[in-house]
Amino acid sequence: MDLKINGANHQVDVPDDMPLLWVIRDVLGMTGTKFGCGIAQCGACTVHVDGIAIRSCQLPVGTVGGRAITTIEGIGDTSAGAKIQKAWIELEVIQCGYCQPGQIMSAAALLAANPQPDDDAIDAAMAGNLCRCGTYVRIREGIKHAARA
Amino acid sequence: MRIRRVLVLIAGAIVVAVAAIVGWMVFQPGPYAFAKGSPVDLAAYKGRPPTGVPPELAHADAATRGEYLIRMADCEACHTAKGGSRFAGGRPFVLPFGTIYTPNLTPDPDTGIGKWSDAQFLNAVHKGIAPDGSHYYPAFPYASYTMLTDADVLAIKAYLFSLKPVHQANRPNTFGFPVNQRWLMAIWARLFNPDHRFRPVEGQSEAWNRGAYLVEAAGHCGECHTPRNLLQALDQRRKFAGGVAEGWNAYNISTDRNDGIGDWPPDDLAVYLAAGHAKGRGVASGPMGEAVALSLAHLTKSDIAAIVTYLRSVPAMASGLPKAAGPAPATPKLANIDNPVGKRLFEGNCVGCHAWTGAGAAADHARLTGLRSVNDPSAANVVQIILNGRGKPGTPKPYMPSFARSYSDAEIAAVANYITARFGSTPSKVTPADVAAFRKEN
Amino acid sequence: MPPAPEAATGLPRRAVLYGGAALTAGLLIGIELPWGAARADEAVPAGKRFNAFIHIAPDDRVTFTLPAVEMGQGVYTSQAQCIAEELDVALDAVIAAHAPPDQANYGSPVFVVQATGGSTTTMAWSGPLRKAGATARAMLVAAAAARWRVDAGSLTTESGVIAHGPSGRSIRYGEVADAASRLSPPTEIKLKEPAQFRLIGKPMHRIDTPDKAAGKTVYGIDRMLPGMKFATLMASPVLGGKVGSVDQSKALAVPGVAQVVVLDDLVAVVAGNTWTAMQGLNALAIEWAPGTNAGLDQAQLWTNLEKASLGPGVVAKRQGDAPAKLRDGDVFEESYELPYLAHAPMEMTNCTVHVHDGGCEVWTGTQVPGFAQTGAAKALGIAPEKVTINNHMIGGGFGRRLEVDGVIKAVRIAAHVDGPVKVTWSREEDIRQQLYRPLYHERLKARVENGRIIAWHHRVTGGSVMAHWLPPAFKDGIDSDAVDGATEVPYAVGDRLVEYIRHESAVPVAFWRGVGPNGSIFAMECFLDLIASKTGVDPLAFRRGMLDGTPRALGVLNLAADKAGWGTAAPPSPFGTRRGRGIALMNAFGSFLAAVADVAVSDAGDVRVTRLVIAADVGKVVNPDILEAQIQGGAVFGLSAVLFGKISFAGGQVEQGNFNDYRILRIDEMPAIEVHVVPSTADFGGIGEPGTVVTQPAIANAVFAATGVQLTRMPIDRALIAKGA
Ligand code: FES
Ligand code: FES
Repeated sequence: MDLKINGANHQVDVPDDMPLLWVIRDVLGMTGTKFGCGIAQCGACTVHVDGIAIRSCQLPVGTVGGRAITTIEGIGDTSAGAKIQKAWIELEVIQCGYCQPGQIMSAAALLAANPQPDDDAIDAAMAGNLCRCGTYVRIREGIKHAARA
Repeated sequence: MRIRRVLVLIAGAIVVAVAAIVGWMVFQPGPYAFAKGSPVDLAAYKGRPPTGVPPELAHADAATRGEYLIRMADCEACHTAKGGSRFAGGRPFVLPFGTIYTPNLTPDPDTGIGKWSDAQFLNAVHKGIAPDGSHYYPAFPYASYTMLTDADVLAIKAYLFSLKPVHQANRPNTFGFPVNQRWLMAIWARLFNPDHRFRPVEGQSEAWNRGAYLVEAAGHCGECHTPRNLLQALDQRRKFAGGVAEGWNAYNISTDRNDGIGDWPPDDLAVYLAAGHAKGRGVASGPMGEAVALSLAHLTKSDIAAIVTYLRSVPAMASGLPKAAGPAPATPKLANIDNPVGKRLFEGNCVGCHAWTGAGAAADHARLTGLRSVNDPSAANVVQIILNGRGKPGTPKPYMPSFARSYSDAEIAAVANYITARFGSTPSKVTPADVAAFRKEN
Repeated sequence: MPPAPEAATGLPRRAVLYGGAALTAGLLIGIELPWGAARADEAVPAGKRFNAFIHIAPDDRVTFTLPAVEMGQGVYTSQAQCIAEELDVALDAVIAAHAPPDQANYGSPVFVVQATGGSTTTMAWSGPLRKAGATARAMLVAAAAARWRVDAGSLTTESGVIAHGPSGRSIRYGEVADAASRLSPPTEIKLKEPAQFRLIGKPMHRIDTPDKAAGKTVYGIDRMLPGMKFATLMASPVLGGKVGSVDQSKALAVPGVAQVVVLDDLVAVVAGNTWTAMQGLNALAIEWAPGTNAGLDQAQLWTNLEKASLGPGVVAKRQGDAPAKLRDGDVFEESYELPYLAHAPMEMTNCTVHVHDGGCEVWTGTQVPGFAQTGAAKALGIAPEKVTINNHMIGGGFGRRLEVDGVIKAVRIAAHVDGPVKVTWSREEDIRQQLYRPLYHERLKARVENGRIIAWHHRVTGGSVMAHWLPPAFKDGIDSDAVDGATEVPYAVGDRLVEYIRHESAVPVAFWRGVGPNGSIFAMECFLDLIASKTGVDPLAFRRGMLDGTPRALGVLNLAADKAGWGTAAPPSPFGTRRGRGIALMNAFGSFLAAVADVAVSDAGDVRVTRLVIAADVGKVVNPDILEAQIQGGAVFGLSAVLFGKISFAGGQVEQGNFNDYRILRIDEMPAIEVHVVPSTADFGGIGEPGTVVTQPAIANAVFAATGVQLTRMPIDRALIAKGA
């Protein structure tokens, strides 16, 4: 099976129903994308498929086909992703950081689709991403900061 | 005097009316009386026998055949408690008049059926009579099983006797008066159990007859999908127009094009029955999810095809459900739905799989738009699946977690109403009290 | 009047309790460690170690080996700030490395053992680390002075460069590192005055952020090794149960499954990747032998605890004769109960192990590398020296990684596996098989006379964490942590008796962000509101009247109340018509915090916190930006706990399993949070936990104000505050 991840082609030999998360992490060794719950309740595993934020723990790899996958390792190459990462560093959003690849992927997808998100839109895009360290105040500020950039 | 006469007349009229109503309920058409052709005794039937295992398994060993038959009759779902040993019983069913617990079917001599003779087992399955002579409650679908052949029933018994005995005492039910009067059940059986074996219909295809045997005798589909009358018997005049199972709506499976499965392509129907999901059709959950997992998924292709053939012959029966709404817009602004709690829960807990559009984020089985349950103004099944979830995490099969434990009645009502308002044709008006009642169902 | 808690010695109370001789443990200047012991993620070039903490390479690369572990609380940055401040290097030039197990060098001055927790890092380590930095700087300067034959006093340092003003010469640290390391460390060290600080007290950017934002940080769960296998496990769902029987063939039939490891209490499946291992585990039908806890039930656990709380207790603090005064007069009494809680850090328990050649190598993220080492060694029956621990960045600790059950289980599994194996727990396993915040029963009694409390009795009942975690800290029947927050209080409450009753159930217990004060302070702050309400006084005024002796406490209380607009009504909210405002104060971990919470309560009893105002006096501050983040994050942790947090047992099994039923606050449920910091020159206080501690009673008090119902068992039970309930 061929996968297009962050612009590069990867060949993997895995069952169709294996979630993309585990293909990325264990088979390809790209560990930036995180396992947090496995049931689409935490958002730690968020990647983009053709620019849409999707929980990779629920995405059977066989359904991806030729669509473009972007992970945290590649999101800095998009303009929205770079803005979010910069804002995250400037505002020191991150604590333990484990949830943050997912937060950044969700925030980047939001910003790409909606360059000036209001609080309601931020809630809608980010509520699926849990942060046990409680960085929510700064995530909200970070998105607004990035939107101004 | 005149007054007395009038009273007598009125009383007489009432008696006649009651008798008529009872008669109407009692003298019903048989489950497949709709079919053209003439039912004949099995022995007289000229086609391939519709009973037993399918031809593919004709030469399998007895254990395989017994297991297949017990899957056909789906005994496991009811006779296994959550987290308990298979067939050891103890699963509670909450009925309006109390809770009933299924009995132990393992061959344990003291608590199971280890001491039962063949005749006793046949008597139980065909007539609903226990070895001690008492009558079972019709929660046990013997009025359907009565159509199973002796050979099939005894093959099931043989299979059960091959299992490891589990020592687990049966729990008494909690019914109060008058339902606790078991002799009433004898009357019920007299009225509603035809007590005769399956009669194939000459003039229908072999597949149809096999399907009828699978659906009516073994699968007992009507027990959930056919509405019941006041005496708790299936209302065959409204066959497959939809019923209720453990608080879940068991939807109309007649061939009505809007309310039932009339517009389902046969392939969709077959895939749904075998796998629990067909594209755009949602995922079999709750009791139907169990029926798929424990019974239908184990049937052969030819048997599934036979079921489809039979189901597609059942007359259309409307049940007044609205037409499903089309796709929903993606906007989180939410089309003026004034339900902030529902929106909040949806965006936090649901969007990950179901997507803002309700079209399913990662997989089609998470689609909400177009589903019967989402377009059901009662939202019963929406509430049920939020409360109960489905499946097991960490497998490739469709899974949804249960939100019962940490979300309040008000929250669950709000999100159910939000979902039907956004993705269905008619917004539901589930109240926190409704959710509390649903919680008690299971 | 009780002595102000901060008065004593300038050291945190716990340090005084059992720090003792260990206070010098971190300062073995000049000892050469083999570099291999402290593995950084990057290879470090040959160079010189100045002490256990500082290594300077010839190419000027400066590596700090940091004793306290980074799990999000920012201590890599704050510790590095302390060293770099005195060493005079730029913060962004520093490489941070995890300390290996080595109690002599990295044992905490507070705990003796090597542990990060209890909000102790800054108070424990800022001194030793600054000294280490200053010592190394002095040695570098001395070496340069010797080379140039000038007086050391004439040299200045900045950003890793030593300069001689008069001659205009300069030299980089790397150039003199070798010579400097041969000198013996000076005996007299002078630290900088606060006025000279360039890093300490400044909101420096965190050194771990850029990698984390890029997804490059390698957590334990991300460790990849050549030839590694992947495993997942399931232990008996019933607490303490054993494996009865298991038919391995079903798992082995899953393509890609390599092996099933069956131990007495757990089953693990080993495969080519974690997903396949999970499929193998799912395929297994395991028969468990549930053992003696199969009847364990939450209601019973509560009843047993309450029975135990009837006493008698061990006296933790006695001042005057409270029981005598509590015999008559206006006496108030109430008990508060706190549930079991899981830590649920986003990075679930995981550990990679390679057992080979009579030894064992471990890759994981742990708050206690020493315990991990001894635990692994014991599990294998080998000497601790044979165990190497490679520590990692931690994806959230909160106390979960003060325990090494995950390391021990992984080691036991790996002992049966050929080659390295990464054992990853599912979220369900992590929630169901961990050690929990103890169930607490807090019984309080007070007598009020003329609007003042004149006698006070506080009895804490619960499981002891210290008893297994640090036995020396469980002395004379008292768990020093469980009564923390009760023995020393900021308020003048007259005669006092504080008692402790250890009551263990079958449920294993652990520290949980906020530790003992989470219970004791929650109870005290709720109880004060109860008394205020019953005596008809304003909760703020009531508290103020008892704080004459503790100006720092009064300061934060007034600040929080001012900023929150105490006395005005909480603003309307779409989430509920009943509105309330609550206040709470906390003094623990060497810090003072006050919080004001606004809540809206719906008719159905759902609580929405709409605003939190927190004022903090934590003494001197190393990094004010991290301080603010810790208070915000701590508050969110407290919010989740008070609104939703609950682990309960039925049939000996934990009823929760994942975020669907162990609910964590989401961004769209967040209140606005304002943090106000009081500038202070008092000693460094802890800040990882106070936000969690102070938030919970503030919310409970706000709910009380909104509904007139004081809830005494957490988390909030909506049924009890539904309209008309
Ligand atoms: S791991 Fe996919 S959402 Fe949590
Ligand atoms: S930063 Fe630690 S979980 Fe979000």
